[in-house]
Amino acid sequence: MNLKPETLAKIEAVIPRYPVKRSAALPLLHLVQEDAGYIADEAVEWIAAKLDLQPINIYELVTFYPMFRRKPGGRRIIKVCRTLSCALAGSYKTAEAFKAAFNCGLDETSPDGEVTIEFVECLASCGTAPVVMIDETLHEKVDGERARALAVEIRQAGGPASAPTA
Amino acid sequence: MPVQETRLIFKHIDAAGYTNDLDCYLRHGGYEILRKAVQQKPEELCEEVMKSGVRGRGGAGFPCGMKWKFLDRKSGKPIYLICNADESEPGTFKDRQIIHKDPHQLIEGILISCYAIQAKTAFIYIRGEFPEGARILERAIEEARSKNLCGDNILGSGYSVEIFVHRGAGAYICGEETGLIESLEGKRPYPRIKPPFFPAVLGLYQCPTAVNNVETLCHVKHVIDMGGEEYAKIGTPGNSGTRILCVSGHVQKPGYYEFACGDLTLGQLIHDVCGGLRPGRSLKAVIPGGSSAKILRAGERYTGKLKDGSSFDWGLEDIPMDFDSLMAVGSMAGSGGVIVMDDSTDMVEALANINAFYAHESCGQCTPCREGSLWMKKITTRMSHGQARQEDVDLLGNVADQIAGRTICAFGEACSWPTQSFVLKFRDEFLNKARAQAGAASTNGNGAVPLI
Ligand SMILES: Cc1cc2nc3c(=O)[nH]c(=O)nc-3n(C[C@H](O)[C@H](O)[C@H](O)COP(=O)(O)O)c2cc1C
Ligand code: SF4
Ligand code: FES
Repeated sequence: MNLKPETLAKIEAVIPRYPVKRSAALPLLHLVQEDAGYIADEAVEWIAAKLDLQPINIYELVTFYPMFRRKPGGRRIIKVCRTLSCALAGSYKTAEAFKAAFNCGLDETSPDGEVTIEFVECLASCGTAPVVMIDETLHEKVDGERARALAVEIRQAGGPASAPTA
Repeated sequence: MPVQETRLIFKHIDAAGYTNDLDCYLRHGGYEILRKAVQQKPEELCEEVMKSGVRGRGGAGFPCGMKWKFLDRKSGKPIYLICNADESEPGTFKDRQIIHKDPHQLIEGILISCYAIQAKTAFIYIRGEFPEGARILERAIEEARSKNLCGDNILGSGYSVEIFVHRGAGAYICGEETGLIESLEGKRPYPRIKPPFFPAVLGLYQCPTAVNNVETLCHVKHVIDMGGEEYAKIGTPGNSGTRILCVSGHVQKPGYYEFACGDLTLGQLIHDVCGGLRPGRSLKAVIPGGSSAKILRAGERYTGKLKDGSSFDWGLEDIPMDFDSLMAVGSMAGSGGVIVMDDSTDMVEALANINAFYAHESCGQCTPCREGSLWMKKITTRMSHGQARQEDVDLLGNVADQIAGRTICAFGEACSWPTQSFVLKFRDEFLNKARAQAGAASTNGNGAVPLI
């Protein structure tokens, strides 16, 4: 495992918060994914060893919790809410607009590696539907037109993925 | 008659110049109530919460004071408090506002609650899709610690408490309190069977645990501020305090609004508060308490008797927005998420959309829930995509009727109520769909957007 020193420091800090080590499993998975972009088999084994668990105890988590990815995604992850309030406001069309803009389907990474587009369930911002999360930033009222504008911004930004907003 | 909001929890939300840092909170009288609370006996605080009658805002509406009373204090094991910040019931977006815009109100509520139940450790379980919210809370806790409001010997009281933020990872079932506890223990969030695993007795690490929603814990702060009896004067008997309603869907002004419980009717909420429907549209249906609440159809009449013995005869728009009234009309106040649909909505597609949610989110432990939610999704999706059959309508009802009461957790009920109520109340539309399709790709007319 090739984790950044900051990540390792955070991992050491988070484990003692819990009376039982196993509780640190989700925090460690988040930290590793933030660092490496996804959870490789090697990471599963590394986290298990770190917490004195069997690899299956971590594997069963990454196969259950939707936020963990087992393979690298695009440089940006676009999550379009598809649940009722957003759908009523046109989120299926929003998803179509992103798919067309990046020439890929849902749960796919665009051919240029720029983005991965996913549907997600209610993001708890139904009053400003349709909503989209791009990496860690929530975008509200994203209709087809706004989606196309965001796609242009993403392409122009190029380079490494933007840091999450503070 | 225009209805006035009563902003207790949302007093400062969106107010000009109000920021989410400690200094701002202190300038507005922050942590004064905690200061007073730690000088009282914990039992007295619990008594005030009991007197207030405040009911849980996470969905089930269980009285908070009662829940705390059930905590097993004789076991000698540590007591935990868990703040449920998983906010993932579709249609609900109130906890997000509190976390992002007034985090110290929540922290103060948690600290007071911890002291009242004598918990030494609290966890805030926040859904994974709130990374920003998690950072804001972490910072708020650090700020509180720097002023000795949290940590060792808070405010010189001899009482010590730690609060930790724990992030989920995208699974709705982590909102169910025992699923949440399993998740916090580092496992799959498989809900536990009750009995025996009532959190108040065998909760986190098999210790007594209180699980409360974000909004509920904020209410505790105001209960202790006002005193239980005074608080209970807000709202109506049995439905005390204020209620935050999150309105989404086909209204002109969707958003979050706070009212004294029972102060307004569903009609006032839609027409006066939310600016009515879009031009030229009429009301078709409302889901009043998060996506699992049974749907209400425009034009229905509800008659019956309330708990206090009085009889009622209401149209959809006359229903008071409180726990008991919504229960009396066969639905529920749930998490406060009100989803409004106008006449452009295709009800088969709307149900297919909801069913896709439940099929995706079932944890899979119980066969009726896992298979039932999947088949309800498959049938309604097929119906939406041009292959509806007459017999599907009864088939759907049949599948839904075999889930509730046969599962480990209340997700079983939650996933069957939408299908049961849609099929019952919009039977004609489901049947017409099958009749009209005969090979057509979709009957979603009116230029409406696709929902599935
Ligand atoms: C399937 C399911 C999902 C739930 N999701 C949430 C949630 O996201 N947030 C929440 O506060 N309560 C949720 N609950 C309710 C919790 O189980 C629990 O009753 C609540 O957190 C208790 O807090 P309260 O008494 O303050 O409402 C859910 C319940 C079920 C059955
Ligand atoms: S009812 Fe559904 S969600 Fe709840 S434990 Fe059973 S399978 Fe899991
Ligand atoms: S339905 Fe999209 S945020 Fe709730």
